[in-house]
Amino acid sequence: MMVVSGELRRPRFGATERRDAWWVAPLLQGLVLASLIAYANWAAFQGTNYHVGGYLSPLYSPLITVDWLPVPPSFIILLPPVLFRATCYYYRKAYYRSYFLDPPACAVAEIRGTSYRGETAFPFVLQNLHRYLFFITFLYLPFLWSDVVHATNFGGSFGIGVGTLIILLNTSALTLYSFSCHSARHLIGGNLDCFSCSAFNRARHAAWSRASVLNERHMLFAWLSFFTVCGADLYVRLVASGAIVDPRLL
Amino acid sequence: MDAVLRIFRGDAQGGQFQDYTVPLHEGMVVLDAIHHVQAHAASDLACRWNCKAGRCGSCSAEVDGKPKLMCMTRMDEFQPSEPITVAPLKAFPVIKDLVCDVSWNYEVNKRIPPFHPKPPEPDGTWRMQQEDIDRVQEFRKCIECFLCQDVCHVLRDHEKKDSFAGPRFFVRVASLEMHPLDVASRTAYLEEQGGIGLCNITKCCTEVCPESIRITDNAIIPLKERVVDDFYDPVRLAWRWLTRRDRAP
Amino acid sequence: MDRFETYRYDVLVVGAGGAGLRAAIEAAAQGASVGLICKSLLGKAHTVMAEGGVAAALANTDGRDSWQVHFRDTMRGGKMLNDWRMAELLAREAPARVVELEGWGALFDRTPDGRILQRNFGGHQYPRLAHVGDRTGLEMIRTLQDKTVHSPGIDVYMECTVARLLKDDGRISGALAYRRETGRFVVFRTKAVVLATGGIGRAYKINSNSWEYTGDGHALAYDAGADLIGMEFVQFHPTGMVWPLSVRGILVTEGVRGEGGVLKNSQGERFMFRYIPEMFRADFADTEDEADRWVAEVIAGRTATVRRPPELLTRDVVARAIAQEVREGRGSPHGGAFLDIASRRKPEEIRKKLPSMYQQFYELADVDITRQPMEVGPTTHYMMGGVRVDAETQAATVPGLFAAGEVAGGLHGANRLGGNSLSDLLVFGRRAGLGAAAYAKAYAGDLQVDAREIEAIAAELLAPFDHVGGENPYAVHDGLQDMMGTYVGIARSESDLRTALSELERLRARAARVGVEGHRQYNPGWHVAVDLRHLLTVSEAVTRAALERRESRGAHMRVDYPDSEPAFATVNVVVRRRGDAMTVDQEPIPPLPDALRRIVEGKD
Repeated sequence: MMVVSGELRRPRFGATERRDAWWVAPLLQGLVLASLIAYANWAAFQGTNYHVGGYLSPLYSPLITVDWLPVPPSFIILLPPVLFRATCYYYRKAYYRSYFLDPPACAVAEIRGTSYRGETAFPFVLQNLHRYLFFITFLYLPFLWSDVVHATNFGGSFGIGVGTLIILLNTSALTLYSFSCHSARHLIGGNLDCFSCSAFNRARHAAWSRASVLNERHMLFAWLSFFTVCGADLYVRLVASGAIVDPRLL
Repeated sequence: MDAVLRIFRGDAQGGQFQDYTVPLHEGMVVLDAIHHVQAHAASDLACRWNCKAGRCGSCSAEVDGKPKLMCMTRMDEFQPSEPITVAPLKAFPVIKDLVCDVSWNYEVNKRIPPFHPKPPEPDGTWRMQQEDIDRVQEFRKCIECFLCQDVCHVLRDHEKKDSFAGPRFFVRVASLEMHPLDVASRTAYLEEQGGIGLCNITKCCTEVCPESIRITDNAIIPLKERVVDDFYDPVRLAWRWLTRRDRAP
Repeated sequence: MDRFETYRYDVLVVGAGGAGLRAAIEAAAQGASVGLICKSLLGKAHTVMAEGGVAAALANTDGRDSWQVHFRDTMRGGKMLNDWRMAELLAREAPARVVELEGWGALFDRTPDGRILQRNFGGHQYPRLAHVGDRTGLEMIRTLQDKTVHSPGIDVYMECTVARLLKDDGRISGALAYRRETGRFVVFRTKAVVLATGGIGRAYKINSNSWEYTGDGHALAYDAGADLIGMEFVQFHPTGMVWPLSVRGILVTEGVRGEGGVLKNSQGERFMFRYIPEMFRADFADTEDEADRWVAEVIAGRTATVRRPPELLTRDVVARAIAQEVREGRGSPHGGAFLDIASRRKPEEIRKKLPSMYQQFYELADVDITRQPMEVGPTTHYMMGGVRVDAETQAATVPGLFAAGEVAGGLHGANRLGGNSLSDLLVFGRRAGLGAAAYAKAYAGDLQVDAREIEAIAAELLAPFDHVGGENPYAVHDGLQDMMGTYVGIARSESDLRTALSELERLRARAARVGVEGHRQYNPGWHVAVDLRHLLTVSEAVTRAALERRESRGAHMRVDYPDSEPAFATVNVVVRRRGDAMTVDQEPIPPLPDALRRIVEGKD
């Protein structure tokens, strides 16, 4: 017989009756996310080797070529996408769990207390502006697709290299990530109560249905696109620095 | 073959886990094991149940620490060598053994602005298209097992019962807000009383829902977006101020 | 008596399933103060388990439907033993009650033009069941629950069980109940009581009911001196799960067959073609080809031009057919029949139309119904018999007592059609609420409850705590369930029923010695002990009524009287209490008026 008395009601941090390794997922997620963020910061700070031939690193797109800025241009360029991700409904879940341990995992006790304010107080209340960051990053998509076109330009003639495919994959992943956004889904049609009430609403319902299909995979696209952004940058960086040669496929 | 159930026995004053041995049979669920204990070892072991088919949401408990319906949790999910822990929901006060006081939930429901339909067609009935109600029918699947309320850290760890309605009632509000016939708005309720801003969308409610309702993605986040429309979107706020219009009715 | 918590209401509604909620809403709307007692938490009553739909002749899906056809189907399904006025009211009022639910927020599946979609069901000539996938009951109870919560004048008592009704000079004056949570007694003083307690399924081992269905309302009414009718008619639903043991009895909705599912025996034969009764021969397909065409037409949303499959015969016929196949050695491995929808419909259609069934089999029986057949067999499901009531007001034969839903008798006759119980709840729940509120308003006298009587009942209820080392209440309940299944089951005989009566005496003696451990707070052992009294009363009523009806009709099958007898075609078997003895009488049913007779005979 185990006596628990009051402990059942007021457990200490981390207390749970779960038998599975509940701590693995948040730990792994936290480490991978931190690695990706660290790499992106490092790469954005380099200010070199982001452009070679028709290839442009997505961390530096759209390309700004002014030299009077105190920081590398990538920092200005990256600010909206970084904030888009920071306020993303998926990443919020990930970092609240992994970094704030609020909660560390389901049905695992966290640091208790009634001072919790959730997303009602600064700074987290700003998460409510996620839709504006969607609008701004949405404007990046034409540039990213034009990067794909540029990546088929090998000294004036059409071609496809491994880098072309990597950049295409990355742009596709970013596009899917954008259109699977919860705020986008709301604005596309989720804010309607009656989908069938007009021809315009019916069209919005069709769009909303597709956004809903993508939205179910928002987490997948969030991770995939972060990997491809860093991966595409790394690839361009390695080619530009001469560490590897880009195999030409066509 | 036998299994050992480690069941919480006690009341509001406290208690302890006690081990009971039950014989296993094919297809057995945890609720069967509890019934076996009641019939053979502890006739006063308190637990709630009704339909025993995952349809009424009565037999909620924490099995090996995870919020579950006991009638839908198979005994063969567990290692037979280890005792299976069965405890009451932790977000609510224990009454006795596996039964806890969930009356707070019924109080929350009373405060939600009720359904307010638009007038019917001249023949006295309403027209709705299936595409308009598909989304709401997902929310109407809720069986009020309160597992989502139990696992939600805002209620479980932060004890915000005075200012937070919890996932179950966001699902309920969503079913009213998105109802094609309903003309009332509940964004003010969500912002001011329901405390939807306290939700940090960490999705444990969705993970435990036995009806597989995508609570966070389909109910809470769309409601958060509607609250943004009415309370946080600077462009909309400015527009309303300029046109001297109040929030959407 | 001052030591008991006491409340006063105009109307006390006992039971918070569909009928109780609808009655409470209506009584409150009439200005009555209402106490609503739930044995479980609010919204958990067995109405949530209703899957198929609510029968109402809306004529949305097939324009040929009308209240007359619904009335005819109901009477024919009930083998003409129905209270015809109730059947008429049901058929006439059900459509308005269903539409009313929409006005309270219910969302039924839709037709392409935006109306309520209706599905086919056993015994209904046209697609008639408004539904929400296979969770119609949940939709109804949630809608009614929310309407109740927002209706002023209703106090809800959750987890509270009524143990006895109280009377003053022959009239209902109150009820004694206990709260499960504390074990404390509560006295309700009231002018009118509406019983809406549901059925008696827990008297049988294999049943589709939850622990609550212990015949409380039947027994409370009986004890109060009210008449019970039709108690011999216990509906065995043909399709309950049979395997694994832990889910034995759980319902498989008739909607599976409505959506095209077929029944096969172990030899792969669609055996139902061999069981079409003479009365229905004109309405049912006699070849697989015709049956399949009907399904194809209906699924395509067209009006059926051929006759329906025999799987959609009434429940009594299908249940007996499955039992016979099993008896003759053509059953499935675990003693049932195969119900196959996998080979008839696409997997995604099955998941959309029967989501709960899919989940239920997938999670509990390791069967994927989109790929494999289900194993099904008869399970105790519904009580046709119950408190004899006035059709218009649902008033019982004791002044101040009303009953609605499953606990009321008469409407369904010898066999209930699927889908008619949900319309029953709405139509007669409302009428009971109206009737009780009007009665309470009209009665100006001062009703008393007898303090000594209450003390005596309380002492009796607490007796099991004094019987240290007494009989285990669960064991006695188990014994009763086994006995009823063996001797008062789907096929009955005089000798079995006589054995049952003597067994009931022994069980009654054991029940008197039941002892429970622990204290009064939330003690399920004690609750079982209290419920035993009601279970024994209804079990005896079923047995005595079954003994009295020396014929086979509808759900009541006597192997020693295998045919329907004209002498029993127009009589009710009435069970009532005289002193401490249970008496049984045959009483004639009022003749059907000509206008209704013509409808039943298909001439109107």
